[in-house]
Amino acid sequence: MDLLSIALSIILDLLSAGFMLAGVGFVLAGTIGVMRLPDFYTRMHAAGVTDTLGAELIIIGLVIQAGFTLVAAKLLLLGFFLFLTSPTATHAVANAAYKAGLAPMLSRFKPPHPRDAGKGEG
Amino acid sequence: MRWNWVYGATLVVVLGVLWLVLSGFWYKPLLVGFGVLAVIIALVLTVRMGLLDDESAPFSQIISFARYWVWLGAEIVKANIYVVKVSLKPDLDIQPVLIRVPVTARSGLGRATFANSITLTPGTVTLAVEEDAFLVHSLTEELADPAAFADMGERVNIAAHESEKA
Repeated sequence: MDLLSIALSIILDLLSAGFMLAGVGFVLAGTIGVMRLPDFYTRMHAAGVTDTLGAELIIIGLVIQAGFTLVAAKLLLLGFFLFLTSPTATHAVANAAYKAGLAPMLSRFKPPHPRDAGKGEG
Repeated sequence: MRWNWVYGATLVVVLGVLWLVLSGFWYKPLLVGFGVLAVIIALVLTVRMGLLDDESAPFSQIISFARYWVWLGAEIVKANIYVVKVSLKPDLDIQPVLIRVPVTARSGLGRATFANSITLTPGTVTLAVEEDAFLVHSLTEELADPAAFADMGERVNIAAHESEKA
């Protein structure tokens, strides 16, 4: 292993770690959003952050980690299917709640203190 | 039952490549033989059920869809950052709204793509699909911009070749 390939592998490792860390950051932010937002429908938006950018960034990081292999191709397929199926699942849940008569909270939600966040009627 | 060579051939190629990628056994003749058999069975079933059409093999529009997905990806990143900012702000201040988005797409593919794109973008979710409109729940008033939805619908129509189907 010469110096150049060592440098390249370090750069790739850092890049993939960066993508995965960003992905984990978005998953965490989405989770905190689920806790803080007041009702079912608004929480669903925060959950959407975890399964779009959060999941895809982690997959990109793993693809870089896998390199030019079959595993990378499988991961890309996984990301593609996630891209197509996650909105379908979200719509199914949202549509079920709407059909069942759960009324969305449509008033302005602005708790006077941050500690009151997440205490909506939902 | 309508047999179309273009759809049939593209479906065989896509299924074959998918099988090879997922299994990785291209050096064992017996297993490749099983793979070929599986592809043939899948193709026969698809044709028998009358499913072989533009919807089960939508590969003629793959280039225009790839262009659309690149644009959608950028929109998703922007919307993600916006939703994270809104939901993590210490002083939470949201104004959820329900709005009806007019839909001009008529084909199943165009309508499904539009509805899924709205849902995929954080902050907006399609609640119900109606005859000529979608009922959309939006986290803030800023995200429920009719002009932005109209722009997205226009791009979907271009990607799904909506004008040619009429």
